[in-house]
Amino acid sequence: MSASLEAAATGDAQAASPSKSCPSVPLRSLDELWFQVAGTRCNLECIHCFISCSPHNDKFGFLSLDDVRRRLEESVAFGVREYYFTGGEPFLNPDMVPILELALTYGPATVLTNATVLKSDWIARLRAAEDESLYCLEFRVSIDGPTPELNDPIRGERSFERSMRGVELLVEHGFLPIITMTRVWDEADDQRVLGQFRETLRKHGCTRPRLKILPRLQIGAEAQRTEGYGRFDRITPEMMSDFDDRQLICTHSRVITDRGIAVCPILLDEPAALLGDALAESARDFPLAFGACFTCYQYGAICTNPTSKSVE
Amino acid sequence: MRIAFFGGIYNNYLALEAAIADAHSRGAQKLYCLGDLGAFGPHPDRVFPLLYQHEIETVQGNYDNSIGNNLQDCQCGYTDPHDNHFAQISYDYTYANTSPANRDWMRSLSSEIRFEIDGLRFLLCHGSPRQTNEFLWESATSTAFLERLANDQQADVILGTHTGIHWQRELSGGRRFINVGVLGRPENDGMTNVWYTIVDVGRQDAASGQPTPQLSVEFVPLRYDHERLAAEMRYEGLPDEFVETVLTGWWTTCLEVLPGKERRSGRF
Repeated sequence: MSASLEAAATGDAQAASPSKSCPSVPLRSLDELWFQVAGTRCNLECIHCFISCSPHNDKFGFLSLDDVRRRLEESVAFGVREYYFTGGEPFLNPDMVPILELALTYGPATVLTNATVLKSDWIARLRAAEDESLYCLEFRVSIDGPTPELNDPIRGERSFERSMRGVELLVEHGFLPIITMTRVWDEADDQRVLGQFRETLRKHGCTRPRLKILPRLQIGAEAQRTEGYGRFDRITPEMMSDFDDRQLICTHSRVITDRGIAVCPILLDEPAALLGDALAESARDFPLAFGACFTCYQYGAICTNPTSKSVE
Repeated sequence: MRIAFFGGIYNNYLALEAAIADAHSRGAQKLYCLGDLGAFGPHPDRVFPLLYQHEIETVQGNYDNSIGNNLQDCQCGYTDPHDNHFAQISYDYTYANTSPANRDWMRSLSSEIRFEIDGLRFLLCHGSPRQTNEFLWESATSTAFLERLANDQQADVILGTHTGIHWQRELSGGRRFINVGVLGRPENDGMTNVWYTIVDVGRQDAASGQPTPQLSVEFVPLRYDHERLAAEMRYEGLPDEFVETVLTGWWTTCLEVLPGKERRSGRF
């Protein structure tokens, strides 16, 4: 790890690695390029959000259609396999539909949305764009429980009902949304929750439910809701021996933000996560100095779709 | 030169037998298999004599790596417990019914085969050239990514299988990526046939007077005795869900890894 990065990494106020030594990983190949397309602006204010997105959080701003066009063009030389669009809530960005239409001329695209603000004419346009493209457009819809009673205390009043209306809209246009839920229940209950979710989705017309569970990331708002990472929740050099580091998103992804390129979509609040302005500049080793790195190590490729998870 | 490429066999020795006969009848001079000999179907050991007898050079798939090295699962990397449940039934059956000699042979296979014909550099792999079990779906793989693979691997024609659905993409400089499909099960399109691929390579005189390599690709739909396969699968006690796929052409399991576009075209 470089001296400057190590200094920056100590900005992780929740305790740096006790041994002061932490492993670094290279960017092995830029397979996925993420766009923080709505910055940290969201119409919801989920109490577990790892980057504390809200209607008032302007730490990261929107990306314009021209920003995205320039980055897509820049990415071609790196042989990027697919593109992800996240926020905040991407569909707060007024350019979101043309951005996705443009992205689909370059490669597969996935948008991570809470589906509460979707409009029928947008989805119709996007379905037409997907039909014209070689590539797939995936919608990942964040809902944190199969009932309003489980979801709404986390994501806000009536958010379950509004998200399910968005799911219905997607299904009506022939999309098969991937429902992603943060595990705000005990891990042992996964199968029960998934079963309930499948049943709920069927009632809303989603007869082929695709479900993905995400682990909690104990940073941002979640650190306030429950607890942050402990001082030993860190990756040690010993843990990296015989570990396939392709399980870590930072070995195969980068994120475009309006403040430069970040190492992954999770660590945006860490100054050390910003790696410069050009993709080439961002292609350097990254120190796994953060508690969230430990979660990524435990669960592996938590941000990517099941179709592109690195497996071995 | 005409070459036939067979993708995942998945124990479907009846389709392999039909494919060999079909390829020979079409004048194929060389036959290759891109791996995953086991899984899904009945009687694993009936595949190997056909490969040996017809001198079919074979790439090691993730399944072959697992069975050959006595691993606990197929390394397909499914993320859904329902998919993993069926994958494990299939794996345990295949492992138990594959002879030690055939396991040894699978262990000895290489993860890639390279050759050159008329100036075209061929690279045969299972999933992708960089990772045996990487799924390269048509709708989830950018052209820029395939260009990178071709550059990195210094190959003009890359052939793979693993996903179970054939497709191809033309790349710059006359290069090509080809997913040859699979013989093991139908393509989730409501049809009971399976697919293999024939490639013709030759040279054509160009205006400059220099002959240039020419490549043409034909995806071949292959009918075989799928009802007999289904009967044998039932007799062997394999899951009804697998038998249904053979008889209807629709995939019933291991669906979670499909991108939305490929999933949408299926029934489940």
